[in-house]
Amino acid sequence: MTQQAATIERRYVEAWNAAIAPSSSDVPAELHALRESAIAKFEEVGFPTARRGNEAWKYTDVAPIANAAFEDLAPAAPVRVATEALDQHIMGGSVWNRMVFVDGHWVPSLTSMPTLPPQVTVTSLAKAMALHPHLVRDLLGRYAPYDESGFTALNTAFLRDGAVLIVPHDTVVEEPIHFIYLTSSEGQSSVTQPRTLVSMGRNAKASVIESYGALTDTLSLTNAVSEYVLAEGAQLDACRLQQHSGSAYHVGSAQVRLGRDSRFTSGAFDFGGAIARHTLSVALEGEGSECTLYGLYMTNHGQHVDNQVLVDHIAPHTTSEQVYKGVLDGRSRGVFHGSITVQQAAQKTNAKQSDKNLLLSDEAEVDTKPALWIYADDVRCGHGAACGKLDDGALFYLQSRGIDEAAARRMLVHGFANEVLEHVELTPLRVHLEQLITASLRSSRRPS
Amino acid sequence: MLEIRNLSASVGGNRVLNGINLTVEQGEVHAIMGPNGSGKSTLSYVLAGHPQYVVESGEAILDGEDLLAMPAEERARAGVFLQFQHPVEVPGVRLDQFLRAGYNAIHKSKGLEELDPLQFDRLLQQKAGIVNMEPTMLKRSVNDGFSGGEKKRNEILQMAMLEPRLSILDEPDSGLDVDSLRLVADGINQLRSPERAVILITHYQRILNLVVPDVVNVLMGGRIVRTGGVELAEEIEAEGYEGQDEVLQAQG
Ligand SMILES: Nc1ncnc2c1ncn2[C@@H]1O[C@H](COP(=O)(O)OP(=O)(O)O)[C@@H](O)[C@H]1O
Ligand SMILES: [Mg+2]
Repeated sequence: MTQQAATIERRYVEAWNAAIAPSSSDVPAELHALRESAIAKFEEVGFPTARRGNEAWKYTDVAPIANAAFEDLAPAAPVRVATEALDQHIMGGSVWNRMVFVDGHWVPSLTSMPTLPPQVTVTSLAKAMALHPHLVRDLLGRYAPYDESGFTALNTAFLRDGAVLIVPHDTVVEEPIHFIYLTSSEGQSSVTQPRTLVSMGRNAKASVIESYGALTDTLSLTNAVSEYVLAEGAQLDACRLQQHSGSAYHVGSAQVRLGRDSRFTSGAFDFGGAIARHTLSVALEGEGSECTLYGLYMTNHGQHVDNQVLVDHIAPHTTSEQVYKGVLDGRSRGVFHGSITVQQAAQKTNAKQSDKNLLLSDEAEVDTKPALWIYADDVRCGHGAACGKLDDGALFYLQSRGIDEAAARRMLVHGFANEVLEHVELTPLRVHLEQLITASLRSSRRPS
Repeated sequence: MLEIRNLSASVGGNRVLNGINLTVEQGEVHAIMGPNGSGKSTLSYVLAGHPQYVVESGEAILDGEDLLAMPAEERARAGVFLQFQHPVEVPGVRLDQFLRAGYNAIHKSKGLEELDPLQFDRLLQQKAGIVNMEPTMLKRSVNDGFSGGEKKRNEILQMAMLEPRLSILDEPDSGLDVDSLRLVADGINQLRSPERAVILITHYQRILNLVVPDVVNVLMGGRIVRTGGVELAEEIEAEGYEGQDEVLQAQG
């Protein structure tokens, strides 16, 4: 690590010494030990700023994030939260179960669980650490290794709060559980470290949404880590919705472990952020497990959105499908790296991947790259990547029916996005996404 | 109603239309017949405002207005409808929603009532009966995975919904079986009225037995080489297009 880089990381270590170290007695000893070793790891590996030999960050320069002079590296719990600003993140009215975090801290007054079965545990990580230390000890950090990623190490080092969902075996949670992570910053630029932990018991079933956003348009970094564990026969639908402001940086990773015959569906929706980078790693560990991973990224102006989707077929008879789409306008840039690994034992694997992009401006750019690592012989794998402009023929067809050019363009973009949206089974989420697409198209103000 | 004068146009750098003259009056059905590559589709695209087709000279006046100066959507609002020879597939855009957007845009421009989805659905289902289209197809993506015949019937359904003053039908008959041809012809005949006009482009005489034209024009090499009544279509059916341009030269 260079001298200058070391100073960057040093600031985080100092903030850790000031804000986290003194609170060691508030959390179980093992957890504090975890944080201590994580900050040591972070100090060692630092941010992945190297521009050479850094395959994983080849298309995303992390320097603006690493060098940003955030004023508050471990913000305290907010004094007051303006609930109006929360409205644009609310879905599912009084039916969905909801838990809100501001600046990384749980806000009990904005939490409601109207439709949660009694045997299901949804709680803040801080509370869980006090009430169920064994649960947290058994699950937390087991699936999100922090020894390879500086960002995961940083999140683990600053662990104070987050969301925990534990669904016991044979339990079906009918209504979604929505975790909303917001940055308020109260005027200061800040860094928050959201953490989500979901454990699905045998044959349990649930839907989870993670939303990320900001209450103000201030410089900020959200560094999120999620862990999802599905036991045999469990089903989980997990969506991630990133609608940050244009001044926000977002880095996130989700680690998913799939048990035998479990089914995991995930939707990744990126609309905001100056730089947003998300890594979704799914390990198909149990025979017969399946995952469907779909995503939509919509960027404009100078935005940069990077999705890394890493699917690892470990057991036989496993199935995966990746369906990602991007709509890029302005000078924005999209990155999609989808990798499929089929281990030697994973015979009869069926894996598909597709990433299609629509470029609405000449300055927009996409780097899309599939990577297949196949070590078994009896497998079916397919992949495809595409990049194109709006179809002039379709545009003329719509206009020839009386639809003006701007409206025709909007229709075609919605149509393009529909291949992803049709996977979204939750109506309030789908409606919300359609509104975000419309709003994003409005903001592009193209001449017609 | 429509007056085309000395219209020349090119596409992809090729001059395709070479001085078209054609006058279509209200209430008339004009057949335009011609061999492949003679410029029939080009003429229809030029009239509908396809941006790839470049007008080199001449004019087209619709009800006293300069049609060629309008963008495609304004031509539709002025009452022009193009039935595409090859209707475009639009994945992800639902047929009913697409058509309602067009219908309402046209109605709005005329100060007529716009329809909400329920009202529109009712009307659409009723019109779908004309071309025997399944209600489930109306909820599918526009032309996406439709068979050739379904695409043609869908075009006629759109025409029935939009009730254009000038319909330009580009080979509504090609690729159709006898039953579909009859449905399509019925759809066209239902729209015939003293206020409307139809330009019916076809390669074969077959459809002209079902939709009887007032005038038959022969288009060859980018110009109208002959004009006559239904007997001209019969002559072409019997003798083919070969020699038609010589007939013109002999006449004139
Ligand atoms: N997009 C295009 N680019 C280049 N040439 C074209 C294009 N479209 C049509 N043409 C040419 O113009 C001529 C007339 O085509 P078209 O109008 O489609 O004929 P028709 O409909 O009578 O069969 C043909 O020679 C065709 O190859
Ligand atoms: Mg043609």
